Amino acid sequence: MNAIEIEQVVKTFGAVRALDGFDLTVGTGEVHGFLGPNGSGKSTTMRVLLGLLRIDSGRVRMLGGDPWSQAAELHRRLAYVPGDVTLWPSLTGGEVIDLLSRMRGGLDERRRAELLERFELDPTKKARAYSKGNRQKVALVAALASRVELYLFDEPTSGLDPLMEAEFQRAVGDLRADGATVLLSSHILAEVEALCDRVSIIRAGVNALSGTLADLRHLTRTTVLAETARPADGLTGVHGVHHLQQHDGRVTFEVDSDRIGDAVAHLAGLGLTSLQAHPPTLEELFLQQYGERLEP
Amino acid sequence: MNALTGTGHLVRLVLRRDRVRLPLWVGGLTGLTVVSAAAVQDLYSTPVEIAAYRATVQDSASGRLLNGVPYAVDTVAGITAYEVTSIAGLVVALMVTFTVVRHTRGEEETGTAELLRSTVTGRHAGTAAALLVAIGAAFLAGALDAAVLWAIGLPGAGSLLHGAALAGVGLVFTASAAAAAQLTSSARGALGVAGAVLALLFVVRGVGAVRDDWLVWLSPFGWQDATRPYGDRLWWPLLLVVALTAVVAGGAAWLTAHRDFGSGLVPPRAGRARATAALGTPVGLAWRVQRGLFLGWAVGLTLFAALFGSLGREVVTLIESNPEMADVMGLSLDDVVRSYFAYVIPFLGVLASAYAVASALRLRSEELGGRAEAVLATGTSRLAWALGGVAVTVLGTLAMVVLMGVALSTSHLLLSGEDALFGRLVGATVQQAAPVLLVASTAFLAHGWFPHRALLAWAVFAFALLEAYLGELLSMPAWLADLSPFRHPAGVPVEPFTPWPLLVIGALAAAAVAVGLAGLRRRDLSSA
Repeated sequence: MNAIEIEQVVKTFGAVRALDGFDLTVGTGEVHGFLGPNGSGKSTTMRVLLGLLRIDSGRVRMLGGDPWSQAAELHRRLAYVPGDVTLWPSLTGGEVIDLLSRMRGGLDERRRAELLERFELDPTKKARAYSKGNRQKVALVAALASRVELYLFDEPTSGLDPLMEAEFQRAVGDLRADGATVLLSSHILAEVEALCDRVSIIRAGVNALSGTLADLRHLTRTTVLAETARPADGLTGVHGVHHLQQHDGRVTFEVDSDRIGDAVAHLAGLGLTSLQAHPPTLEELFLQQYGERLEP
Repeated sequence: MNALTGTGHLVRLVLRRDRVRLPLWVGGLTGLTVVSAAAVQDLYSTPVEIAAYRATVQDSASGRLLNGVPYAVDTVAGITAYEVTSIAGLVVALMVTFTVVRHTRGEEETGTAELLRSTVTGRHAGTAAALLVAIGAAFLAGALDAAVLWAIGLPGAGSLLHGAALAGVGLVFTASAAAAAQLTSSARGALGVAGAVLALLFVVRGVGAVRDDWLVWLSPFGWQDATRPYGDRLWWPLLLVVALTAVVAGGAAWLTAHRDFGSGLVPPRAGRARATAALGTPVGLAWRVQRGLFLGWAVGLTLFAALFGSLGREVVTLIESNPEMADVMGLSLDDVVRSYFAYVIPFLGVLASAYAVASALRLRSEELGGRAEAVLATGTSRLAWALGGVAVTVLGTLAMVVLMGVALSTSHLLLSGEDALFGRLVGATVQQAAPVLLVASTAFLAHGWFPHRALLAWAVFAFALLEAYLGELLSMPAWLADLSPFRHPAGVPVEPFTPWPLLVIGALAAAAVAVGLAGLRRRDLSSA
């Protein structure tokens, strides 16, 4: 069974269609990266999953239940960290962690102590005195200290320093080892690349792409640099080759990843002397998706 | 670049942000003055009516407590001033207090002031801009006050002085709010300090007026009365206003220059590393969030109630000094004391409903501040979360009325030695819980359906206050006045107690809360 199933969900705010027939499936035990430009509907999706927003149409199932009508029961089995944590100014970090964990239905004392140490958080400070990064750590400790089935992270590491970011990645690794499901919205591509089994890209309220990173790379183009003995003019005729440039016997072009064999075979016939090919970096992948630069 | 660089830009920003609020304050106050002044002209148009008014107010303890010493009430102009001055002074004081705190400590707390301070603005520019706008609004209120009183037919020179004295009250409280904003690191704390100072000075003036002694000179509200605009027309009390404003504003500026940005005078202390067992349920959280609110109001309202109780004896003294009047009105001493209490106890109830509305609206600020989201993402349902808030408002209100009832009855007992009324005074105060909760229930109702508009619940409180303070003067039609729930509980100790009004009011309140909760369960959760 899948941990999260979202089908054709529409959510409007006045004239704005924040989710416009959105689909997303997250398998149980999967760490799923959730990517998209600012304002594309990531936080709206999270808030729908939390039962804070009521969808206009479509179908949402989470942990086998309905996030709107069974919110409180389902929330005992999940933990959530928002990207912009607001806390009660007069409560200390330690009090907030206890409060949220108790309301969720209990916390793991040993884990709480261990996480406070790992994240170097002083639990006696009042929330109004915490920096943004420290407020974020309070929410992270409160979420990670609970043993639950599903973790919803909405840009959880914004404001964290690189050491703490690394701690977070380790913590998610532990969650994965324990068999928990994670939906991780993030702009930090290295984080997504390191942690996620599958990713989904949302754009303007629509799921633009879902799959493993390998799948996504396969869908896009590989950049090829080659030197050939004879001019490579004939390449333009090979199916799937784009942006061909020639200079002094060196040729650079992009090729659809599933056509790379044809292109290399063609180059071999021209007396190939040197060849470099690199798959698209994650950045290229996202820039293509976010900016709609991928040609048909 | 000096400490005031950029003030002009910030003034425009403040005006832009308050382009609805300030006109509402000033327009509302002016409208209220017009309506009550016009009512006075109608009610007291003959010498007989004026003489009767004078005879009543000279010796009315509750009148002096709320309106100060009556001057020149043998003229219709004097009566007008006596009826409109105090409430106008209070409204202006509240207006400048909210305005100043919102644009000084409020901005600093949310962090927007940090962005502004990073631009080319001087250290004092933010405070100066807030003060300029608040003072401007107070002067505008004063000018309109003078204009409408003059237009209604009162003497011009006196009206001008009346308006100037009103602006003067605004001046003093502008400075006091600016100083309060330096003391605490939160806007709520600053409002609490400024509000406590305001209430204290109002009470000092009232007690001084009842005792007819020098205490009135300790309060800016007393100086406002002392100008006697339609009697001796004294301008010099305004010098006290200017002097005190200069001193307090100077103190605020000194504090600004000697503290760190974002901090108050009290350095932050470390707190508990673990939550107590009570924190971990919706009720426990709501209580923790509202603890300061409850304690602040409990101290203030208990003192108010004790004060009102202590004046029961002054009522006797006033009547004893003027036995003919009691004869004329055909009242025994006992009757007078009872009707005094039957009048002031519902008034205490109205004041307590301000606490209850503030408490009920914490659900709204928790939601819009994004903190409710953290709670609702746990195993806590919306209903449980909201009921935690409702429970704290209900229990807080009950505790509040019991405290007030005991304080009022005890101080009356101690000062008069009269124990016959003790139980009935406690009961009369405690039964105010029903109308108080009905007012608060409108906040829950509005929050359930329209969280952004829930502040409208303050309008319900304002109406109840207006009805209690000015209802008779304004000759409100009965159906309108009866909309105030405080008119319906039995007028103990004059009338015998009956439970029916309380049951009806309580049922209405429960229904309003239920409808609000139903709305809350259906709608999207709001943020910011």
